[in-house]
Amino acid sequence: MRILVVEDDPVLSDGLKVGLELSGWTIDRVGGCADADAALAAAAFDAVVLDLMLPDGSGLDLLATMRRRGDATPVLLLTALDETVDRVRGLDRGADDYLGKPFDLDELAARLRAIARRRTGRAAPRLEVAGLVVDPAALTVTVDGEAVALSRREFAVLAVLMERPGVIRSRGEIEDRLYGWQEEIESNAVEVHVHNLRAKVGRTLIETVRGLGYRIRVAE
Amino acid sequence: MNSLRRRLFLLLLAATGAVWLCAVGWIYLGSRAELEHVLDARLQEAARMVHSLVAGGNITGRAEPLPPPGTGYERQLACQIWSLDGELVARSSGAPNASLAQDTEGFADRRMGDELWRVYTIVDPAKGVRVAVGDRIGLRDRLVRGLVGGLVTPALLIAPLLGLLIWLGLGRGLRPLNAVAGEIAARDGEDMRPIAPGDAPAEVRPLISAINGLLGKVEVARRHEREITAFAAHELRTPLAGLKTQAQVALATTDAAGRDRALGQIIVSVDRTARLVSQLLALARLEAMPDARSEARVNAGTALREAISAAGAAAGHVIEIDPVLEGMEVPGDPECLHLVLRNLHENAVRHTPAPGRIRWSALPGGEGLAIDDDGPGVPGGELEHLTSRFFRGSGGASGAGLGLTIARLAAERLGARLAIANREGACGLRSSVTWR
Repeated sequence: MRILVVEDDPVLSDGLKVGLELSGWTIDRVGGCADADAALAAAAFDAVVLDLMLPDGSGLDLLATMRRRGDATPVLLLTALDETVDRVRGLDRGADDYLGKPFDLDELAARLRAIARRRTGRAAPRLEVAGLVVDPAALTVTVDGEAVALSRREFAVLAVLMERPGVIRSRGEIEDRLYGWQEEIESNAVEVHVHNLRAKVGRTLIETVRGLGYRIRVAE
Repeated sequence: MNSLRRRLFLLLLAATGAVWLCAVGWIYLGSRAELEHVLDARLQEAARMVHSLVAGGNITGRAEPLPPPGTGYERQLACQIWSLDGELVARSSGAPNASLAQDTEGFADRRMGDELWRVYTIVDPAKGVRVAVGDRIGLRDRLVRGLVGGLVTPALLIAPLLGLLIWLGLGRGLRPLNAVAGEIAARDGEDMRPIAPGDAPAEVRPLISAINGLLGKVEVARRHEREITAFAAHELRTPLAGLKTQAQVALATTDAAGRDRALGQIIVSVDRTARLVSQLLALARLEAMPDARSEARVNAGTALREAISAAGAAAGHVIEIDPVLEGMEVPGDPECLHLVLRNLHENAVRHTPAPGRIRWSALPGGEGLAIDDDGPGVPGGELEHLTSRFFRGSGGASGAGLGLTIARLAAERLGARLAIANREGACGLRSSVTWR
């Protein structure tokens, strides 16, 4: 998953980046509303972690702007305010969830998984196709009950494909979800990851659609 | 309890009572004078009547009294006829044996035994008789008392009813006050809406508008306090969230470098939070402090050196202090002065990239001091917000936005004024403190 963190406190923002990367995700972070707007326009994110009080405006206004222009990216609000009113206002303006500061990193990760999952219309926490089970919370993959060890990137590629089995995901789309802004992308990185994945989870599961991308083969 | 209703009730009752007493006194005196007049006329008339009945000196009356009449009032008049040589010719029943008559003609008060009489005497030398008609003054007084009593008794009986009516009327008249009191009493501590004057009478309106004014002031103060609490909560919880997240990262990370990095971040955050807490406390102290103007004079150079060393070592900045400041004395509380100087210095250091120059100088005429930095300055539109609480500006400053607020408040407490402007002809900011 690729997550945008909008938080102006440098220590918290750094902790969120490093902490959420431990969940195998790609994290981009910005410190204000204007930068967040630019980031949202430039790339697709699976979820946004949004602080309410930002130096150049309110997170609520950013949220309202997002929803007005039809951006449905799931948003989790981080609020340091106690008042129920603020939470209610946040949810009513289009937030999907909120957490009060200080929060638990594991809970934040779980909530992000939940809102990202709901967005794809899925209720089951684990992704399953033909004996292959991906558990995004535990970062584990099993094939016919046997655990398979994957690198972080390999897991991310598999998770993107498994989110919507049968749907073709382009190489650019997969790269987008895999790499943050500052990361160098080797031109054949996705091909290499898919090649390795096939060796680990089975040759036939991941299908190459020439010129378009990859998809998980679903039994007709 | 000092009740307005009881007070008005007693006042009204006393005033009504006083008016009544005056009326009774007036009626008493007036009736008595009128009665005296009528009764005197009756005496005179009776005396003349008896006198005309007496034939020219040859009457031989019996000196026995007539049979007594029925009521006390009927026996009111007594009549005596005396011969001029002092012999009682005739008398009416109830008339005393002693002579009522006097030597001269006309009215007189006479004491007979223990009773006072009012007597009218006619002396007729031609007929050789003296006719005296009198009545008891005691009886006259009884008449007057009866008359006044007849007026006062019903009034006294009505008095409790009048009191009740006054009491009820007051209750009704004071109802608008009770309505206002009831509305205020029914509110909880949160409700600061102004009281609707409704159809309150003109006398109650000033009270309502005064209370509304007070409610407005309290509401402003409360909103201000809530704002500060909310900001403080935000400013403290965010670093706490950072600390917790970094601690969890340190726990979850398997490699040593990652753990060290997280622990380093924790130390940075603890230092910043400690600074923030002391700033919040300074802010709270300054806001509660009314005025710190004092006769004490502080050496600016010494105060400045202390403030600069408290602000911590500057990373490669060039710090210049105008030598004039060494000999300059400024008035005011040393602690407030320290807050002003330290926060201005920290602000300058924070916004000046090393190796920038920071210069403290005395204002012309010794009316204050100023600090210039080499930083980027501040966009014109943000200048006026610089000293607002928690204002951080768009420059991406790392502080909590409290330093300049504290400097401004502390300067005000010193009786000085903090002015911040972009430097003319150079980049950077100039903050000056001027004593008025």
